[in-house]
Amino acid sequence: MSEAIAAPVAPLPDASPGLLRRLVRDKPLGAAGGAVFLAFLLCGVFADALAPYGVNDTNLADRLLAPSLDYPLGTDHLGRDVFSRVLAGAQLSMMVSVLAAGLATVVSLAIGVVSGYFGGKTDMVMQRGVDAWMTFPDLVLLIVIVSVVGPGITQIVLVLGLLYGIAGSRIVRGAVVSVKENMYTHAAQSIGAGTWHTLRHHIVPNVMPVVIVLFTTRIGAVILTEAGLSFLGLGVPPPTPTWGSMLSGTGRTYMYLGPWLALAPGLCLTIVVYAVNVYGDALRDLLDPRMRGRR
Amino acid sequence: MQAYIFRRLLALAPTLFFASLIVFVSMRLIPGDVIDLMLAQNDIATGQDRARIEAALGLDQPVYLQYFRWIGGVLQGDLGTSLWRNVPVSEQLWATLPITFELGFLALIVALTVALPIGVYSAMRQDTAGDYAARSFSLVMLAVPGFWLGTLVMVFPSVWWRWAPELEYTPFLEDPLRNLAHMIVPAILLGLSMSAVTMRMTRTMMLEVMRQDYIRTARAKGVGESLLIARHALRNGLIPVVTLIGLQAPLLIGGAVIFEQIFVVPGMGLLLLEAVFQRDYPVVSGVFLVVGVGVLLINLAVDLSYGWLDPKVRHQ
Repeated sequence: MSEAIAAPVAPLPDASPGLLRRLVRDKPLGAAGGAVFLAFLLCGVFADALAPYGVNDTNLADRLLAPSLDYPLGTDHLGRDVFSRVLAGAQLSMMVSVLAAGLATVVSLAIGVVSGYFGGKTDMVMQRGVDAWMTFPDLVLLIVIVSVVGPGITQIVLVLGLLYGIAGSRIVRGAVVSVKENMYTHAAQSIGAGTWHTLRHHIVPNVMPVVIVLFTTRIGAVILTEAGLSFLGLGVPPPTPTWGSMLSGTGRTYMYLGPWLALAPGLCLTIVVYAVNVYGDALRDLLDPRMRGRR
Repeated sequence: MQAYIFRRLLALAPTLFFASLIVFVSMRLIPGDVIDLMLAQNDIATGQDRARIEAALGLDQPVYLQYFRWIGGVLQGDLGTSLWRNVPVSEQLWATLPITFELGFLALIVALTVALPIGVYSAMRQDTAGDYAARSFSLVMLAVPGFWLGTLVMVFPSVWWRWAPELEYTPFLEDPLRNLAHMIVPAILLGLSMSAVTMRMTRTMMLEVMRQDYIRTARAKGVGESLLIARHALRNGLIPVVTLIGLQAPLLIGGAVIFEQIFVVPGMGLLLLEAVFQRDYPVVSGVFLVVGVGVLLINLAVDLSYGWLDPKVRHQ
């Protein structure tokens, strides 16, 4: 659709070009953020091929070496290559964040659409439930749930997906409530469109911009929360390296001897979350001006 | 105002009910083999058998009865007994709550002292280099994980200058200065991580207020710029910021867990973590409940102060 509009030989300046082109033209910082996130994503996907050493290969002769050509980010107290471990951390972080943010988006959409479209008592009860859920601090809720279901990648993805899904449903609900009142929805209903048809063809497509933005902004939040859980020893259990766990546990005592151990994982976290946040902000400004300034 | 308070209290009831259900259900989800694990971990400490742990968790009754018995106890201040230390959970909560409260309070002061002036400055000098610098700072602060900041503060000063933050807790009433010397570092870090959102909000609100008619009128009357900001703009601009502080209460408590762990502050966060690792579920559910109710009460207080600050809200 957007191609068809952008296609004329001499396009008007205000013709709406593709989203990607608009992003690069109007929001260069956001576009750069998207590119950085993509780079991390690729590093995560190809981590095994890019890593110069095995993630858990110990080499006691090379313990606690400062960064050098052989070991770009140095080695830890067991002589493991920090660069390879950071790459493996990227793999885990990216996988968990995309899966959990995806799940969260689906949950938000389901709750938001049902609550917003049907309204009335259903909405009332669901929203008080969401209120109660959002009362608990993310981290505290996660700590409690993980303490009950146990740590592991699947559990973390499910729990994070549920946590952010329920919290985000508020935003989808808001969008559904406003779309529901549009003339085209009433028109469809008045010519006899059923609930399912209305939802599928009129409501959901029109809240998609909100949903896409929600997905993007959730990625950063998921990455940070997963890292925090790992740091507290409640994330994905060892020996899988994660950015959070690389900064905690036994490794901590050796940071005084090898301060470089304290840098790479935290720096990666900051860069990737910053990148995905500015990308999300830019996307929000382009897709959904109403959400500007919210988080 | 009384009607407003009553309405807010009424609205709180269903949320409190659902929150108590969440705490209750989360504890009922404990799989059976975990009780065996708890037994293995805890029987040395207290010599309890399976039936007693099940009774302590209330697992020996129908679910709805369990809920009513549990909530009945909670309403009377009975949160059960710690499986690990054999002391009432409420006692442990009373011991740790003031410490977390102090940390949170100090962090809030830090957050406001950083966020308000920078936010106002950023709005007054919109789109200048200073504004961009302030906004970049807040974006970076949103991305930096708190536990990494904490780690850096622990490691680098010690490597470079042989200085390390104090890690020994002293009760405030015993020696206020030593207490503050310990609390100040985690409070600054927690406050900084909170300040990012507050700064953004202050800036947005000030920009909005500065475009209002009454500001233009005041300017036309010849009110000076600093008086204009202090007396006219800030007063109205800050109202939504007060709400934001309420919204940030969960963030504050979540962050407190991390910083209490790094800087060994014996507050509720540390209590929660210890209890989780010891599978001391009565303590876990006690902290969980207190945190939830605490956040709700903070939000209620914020709502009420909002009504007091802004008469329009009261009469809606």
